[in-house]
Amino acid sequence: MQEQQTKIVLELQDITKRFPGVLALDNVSFKLRAGEIHALVGENGAGKSTLMKVLSGIYPKGSYSGTILLHGTPVEFSDIKESEQHGIAVIYQELALVPYLTVRQNLFLGNERRKGLRINDIEEYKLAQKVLERVGINVSPDAHVIDLGIGQQQLIEIAKALLKQAKILILDEPTAALNEQESENLLEIIRELSKEGVSLVFISHKLEEVLSIADSITILRDGRSIVSTVDDDKTVNLWSEKNIIKYMVGRPMEQRFPREPHNRGDHILSLRNWTLYHSERKDRTIINNLSLDVFTGEVLGIAGLMGSGRTELATSIFGTYNGIVTGEIEIDGHSSGPLTTEACIAKGIVYLTEDRKNLGLVLNMSVQENSTLAVLGRLTRHGLVVDSFEEKKAARKYCEELTIKTPSLEQRAMNLSGGNQQKLVLAKWIMVEPRVLILDEPTRGIDVGAKFEIYKIINRLIERGMAVIMISSELPEILGMSDRIIVFHEGQIRADLRHEEADPEKVMFYATGGIENGKA
Amino acid sequence: MEKPDSVLLLVREQIERNLKQYMMVLILGGIWLIFTILTGGLFFTARNYTNLLQQTAYTAIAAMGVVLVIVAGHIDLSIGSVVGLAGAVAAYLQVYHGMPTFIAILAALLVGALIGAWQGYWISYRNIPAFIVTLAGMTLFRGILIYITQGQTISPIWDSFSAIGQGYLPKINNACRIHDSTLYLTVVVVFLYNILQVSFYLRKQRNLLITLPGALQFIKQLLVSIAIIFFSGFLILYRGIPYSIILVFFVALLYSFIATKTPFGRYVYAIGGNREAARYSGINIRKVNFSIFVSMGILASLSGVVFTARLSSAAASTGQGFELDVIASAIIGGANPLGGEGTIIGALLGALIMSSINNGMSLMNMSADIQMICKGLVLLIAVWFDLSTKNRK
Repeated sequence: MQEQQTKIVLELQDITKRFPGVLALDNVSFKLRAGEIHALVGENGAGKSTLMKVLSGIYPKGSYSGTILLHGTPVEFSDIKESEQHGIAVIYQELALVPYLTVRQNLFLGNERRKGLRINDIEEYKLAQKVLERVGINVSPDAHVIDLGIGQQQLIEIAKALLKQAKILILDEPTAALNEQESENLLEIIRELSKEGVSLVFISHKLEEVLSIADSITILRDGRSIVSTVDDDKTVNLWSEKNIIKYMVGRPMEQRFPREPHNRGDHILSLRNWTLYHSERKDRTIINNLSLDVFTGEVLGIAGLMGSGRTELATSIFGTYNGIVTGEIEIDGHSSGPLTTEACIAKGIVYLTEDRKNLGLVLNMSVQENSTLAVLGRLTRHGLVVDSFEEKKAARKYCEELTIKTPSLEQRAMNLSGGNQQKLVLAKWIMVEPRVLILDEPTRGIDVGAKFEIYKIINRLIERGMAVIMISSELPEILGMSDRIIVFHEGQIRADLRHEEADPEKVMFYATGGIENGKA
Repeated sequence: MEKPDSVLLLVREQIERNLKQYMMVLILGGIWLIFTILTGGLFFTARNYTNLLQQTAYTAIAAMGVVLVIVAGHIDLSIGSVVGLAGAVAAYLQVYHGMPTFIAILAALLVGALIGAWQGYWISYRNIPAFIVTLAGMTLFRGILIYITQGQTISPIWDSFSAIGQGYLPKINNACRIHDSTLYLTVVVVFLYNILQVSFYLRKQRNLLITLPGALQFIKQLLVSIAIIFFSGFLILYRGIPYSIILVFFVALLYSFIATKTPFGRYVYAIGGNREAARYSGINIRKVNFSIFVSMGILASLSGVVFTARLSSAAASTGQGFELDVIASAIIGGANPLGGEGTIIGALLGALIMSSINNGMSLMNMSADIQMICKGLVLLIAVWFDLSTKNRK
């Protein structure tokens, strides 16, 4: 009964959006009720982001067909400014804050409170404090955004939207870069906002989150709206992970992690007295005197909260860390000081970064060029001229092996979906024929189907005698895929667990600084 | 089964990739047409055409160097000063010390390489932005140039030197009414082009790669062959091909090769496209950046040599403001000012557009101030046009 009374604030009818050669949205419909949290779920490339870009005016009127009804009246936006004036705000995965400005300056960017010709500082401070309180973060309006963690930045984005009187808030993968604690915090704020009457569209790949927070769920697949609880709540039960996945991928997904028994092989890599110094404050260490042993034929999972030094460890091994590194690295019994990136690749140690767009790919280069970037020196005639046939062959071979979906090898990397981009970075590294593969958040922001494929690839590589080090913030992934788990906290290894002895509680206990026997 | 689809895709990709160049050829044609009308046909004569090409040569050579600089995400503001300095070094050695042309030019190129190494060192190994390093270089090298010339014009250089900027390939048979050696050269180039294309086409088929349908491939080769013949037709009817154009031709071949066929070239594009991703792929960014500036120094000094040869003298003011023409050529030629994109052939066409505008305006007796205003606006509008077509996609 109550449901029927809940008003629909926003309705998208038959939205169709075409890109050259691709039908991105095919008659998609979407209804948002007042004050609800509505999860929009779908694989990468299903059309979620495109739909939200239509809604926010990034794809302006005329570039799509269909109707947007806001409170029952048709509206059309020609840019973001217009949609914001109608109370619609989008918070993107890639945060849009200016790092060198303060929190206050960011909050009011483009929306400054004026007093005559100058900015009304006092009013801005007042409003800033109020809104920061509302989103529950304790930072000074004068703090520089660059000094804040990613979770805090996320909240500042939300605060910024609230300052623009947003009534409909769209969150695109808001927790993708957050750790569990920060995510929990953010979800709590989202619940609060919805109680205050803000309607939220919540795009996420994390189904546990969706189930815990959403009032409604709409599922997109291949640019079509497949099912929504708003229309079919009686006929379809979406309220289980398994069912959501079934509609997302169009087939039932039995298991999320293809675990296979592995046989630990030889000792291949070890670190001794490994110490990293902070890149700016040279007296501070990020990692202090660490020792680590890696073996072939096993997946070594590295768990830990964000900022615990996991990524820094990986970049320091790979020669891309921005500060001083000391210690010894031993590969195949040959010991030396820290290596350069070139030397690492030559010795078969490669690193898939957590940030594929900024660190992994040259987005305006083609699929082929990206795939061969690390091995180009080997694909030459006389070490001088790139052998374009050999290059194409190699690119094609690995693109096929990793089932990268692309219209052609000449396609620019920017046009691939997230999952395919990630596979492309993986192809680049597998082409090196590495012996130690370090994966940093290998499945962040990619859909369930692509995740599963990446797990299977990891298993194949292990079978070939590679060692895989997998850093991940997703506990299920760490637990589901690792043969051995190391838990990081503040630059130290707090626990080294076999997969049989690990469980979520134990890992979180060590990751949050817990010490055995409860002496913490 | 998939074949017609992928062939279509290939055709579309080839057209899309070269769209800028097709557009530029059209724009160049438009500019030529307008000037021909405005000058009552004076612009489009064999004599002026030859003249135009010779004026293009030194801009084109430096522009091909700066393309790599811009693609990698840098800039070089010192080009004008380096052009002047290198030319003065060559002229100085010849006029005051009687050095033969070959030695004098070699010394100038060496100076260019050293300048490039100097700037490259500060940019790649001391992490100072190229904008600052080359801004400092612009003043620094101009100062050295003034010191060397002592404000005097250095001349006369030998005939063998000025031939590089003013001379032509000699005829084989002087009695022949048309320029025979240029004709033979054209035939050889067209022949070589077609042979290479066909052999590449066959190799592609042998490797089971997707190729254009035979008819399209034929049309493509035919059009390029006609373009080459058209390009040299006027030269054959007049005095033949200038040495400077032969030089441009070889530099263009070499640099196209470097940009598209070598790992180094690929790395330049990768660094400009995403510096961090390049670093994380194990590319030695410092070495690549350093090499880019050494190459820039060498090409700027080669440009200076041609420029000096054309004027038969070197002076303290030589090359002042020349960087505008060079950078504008590269940008008009499709180089992305933010890095990651740009082609050698584009820079060539860009240089041709720039010098066509220079040449046409001079023919119309426009004064230097008006010319500068027009050139500034052309650069701005060209980039605006480029960006707005990109956005439409």
